[in-house]
Amino acid sequence: MIHDFGIVWSERGLLLSGLGNTTILSVLSAAAALLLGFVLTPALMAKQRWLSRAVRGFVDGMRCVPFLLFAYIVYYGLPSLGVRLDNWTSGLVALTIYNAAYMAEILRGAWSAQPREPIEAGIAFGFSSVALFRRIVLPPLLLAAGPVIGNQMIQIVKDSAFLTIIALPELTHAASSIQSRHYVPFAAFITAVLLYWGLCLVIEAGVSSIDRLAAARR
Amino acid sequence: MAKRVLDVAGVSKRFGALEVLSDISFQVEKGETVCVLGPSGSGKSTLLRCINWLERPDAGQIYLNGTEIGVNGGGIVMSDRELSRIRTRIGMVFQHFALWPHLTVLQNLMEAPVQVQKRPKAEVRDEALALLAKVGLSDKRDVFPAKLSGGQKQRVGIARALAMRPDLLLFDEPTSALDPELVGEVLVVMRELAREGMTMVVVTHEMGFARDAATRILFLDRGRVVEMASPEGFFSNPATERARQFIQRYAGRAANGGR
Repeated sequence: MIHDFGIVWSERGLLLSGLGNTTILSVLSAAAALLLGFVLTPALMAKQRWLSRAVRGFVDGMRCVPFLLFAYIVYYGLPSLGVRLDNWTSGLVALTIYNAAYMAEILRGAWSAQPREPIEAGIAFGFSSVALFRRIVLPPLLLAAGPVIGNQMIQIVKDSAFLTIIALPELTHAASSIQSRHYVPFAAFITAVLLYWGLCLVIEAGVSSIDRLAAARR
Repeated sequence: MAKRVLDVAGVSKRFGALEVLSDISFQVEKGETVCVLGPSGSGKSTLLRCINWLERPDAGQIYLNGTEIGVNGGGIVMSDRELSRIRTRIGMVFQHFALWPHLTVLQNLMEAPVQVQKRPKAEVRDEALALLAKVGLSDKRDVFPAKLSGGQKQRVGIARALAMRPDLLLFDEPTSALDPELVGEVLVVMRELAREGMTMVVVTHEMGFARDAATRILFLDRGRVVEMASPEGFFSNPATERARQFIQRYAGRAANGGR
């Protein structure tokens, strides 16, 4: 068994590059999903019913599709519609769109729980449009939604493992190539699990620092 | 001759079928404290919110220092940006304080002068510290609003409005959300402002404050101006039956230990 971990150690370059790719995938798609969420959320709450219904349909639909299936559709399905994306683009697009639906729903919840008066005070004190959103609406919203957004980021890290099926060289892909090359499944996969865990600990540390900021303001 | 700060001319507002304000007209001269009184649902808060166009009036005009609010010379509704610029001239104090929860007390005071009025930060900070001293909260400058009592929050609310150096201060029932024992500390600050000659329009149920701090009383009922009088005239010799009933009800409440 020690010997098996020795083999994994000798392939550490492969694992670390997998970890690096998983991190890049997760960070980029989490940021993009959050941004897209900020676009979808106002639409979700729009007074125009056609708009809110359309976005609601997307959000609910996306949340009922298994991610693996969605990744299949983006990578293998879209080419039959004439859209051919390489595996990196497919992976990023799939993670982003899939999680934007969750982010929109998270932000909508936090948004509608925000008291109306401080925002009205912002308007009365001369804030408008972008400044109003950036200075008055957004900070309390992020503080309130921070922990749930953090959870979703952990979900994104884990979902990214599915992208091994489209041959994206992320962490799970690296672990499974090590195991097939050397036949050390237990050592290879446990090592990958520990690395995923480490990544999640980093996210959790970020969440708890947001939580401390929020607690001071409650 | 005193300078006219606010001129409300024939303002009406309806929500659906309900006419909340009908044809309201009054003027406020520089240094006046006008108290707006009236039963709940008489349109007092809506009137205040129409003054800075938080609610858009359906009819009538509002002038601040001679400039019409909300509508351009050509009768075109102002853009958000133009409205915002005028709103910085009008301070507002809210019933539920409406402080910005993510900012400290000092940051709450500095936020709009720095971000909206683009005044130099050091100058704004000095002024904000002086205002905090004035409302007796110097020691709370680095505290977040959630850690303050209601009375302290409202004093911050007043200081935040003053930090804008407004031409006019609007108070929307500033003590209605406070526990009775905290009302006094807020009224002390408001009385001092009135004495210093701040121009204020105060929607309130504090009859004591209206009686001895107001220069004039505006009595509203069902969205109409029923009486406009000096405090002495209004309280000792109301001209209408509606006002008489209103004063009696509040006098009864005060006698029962209420406010």
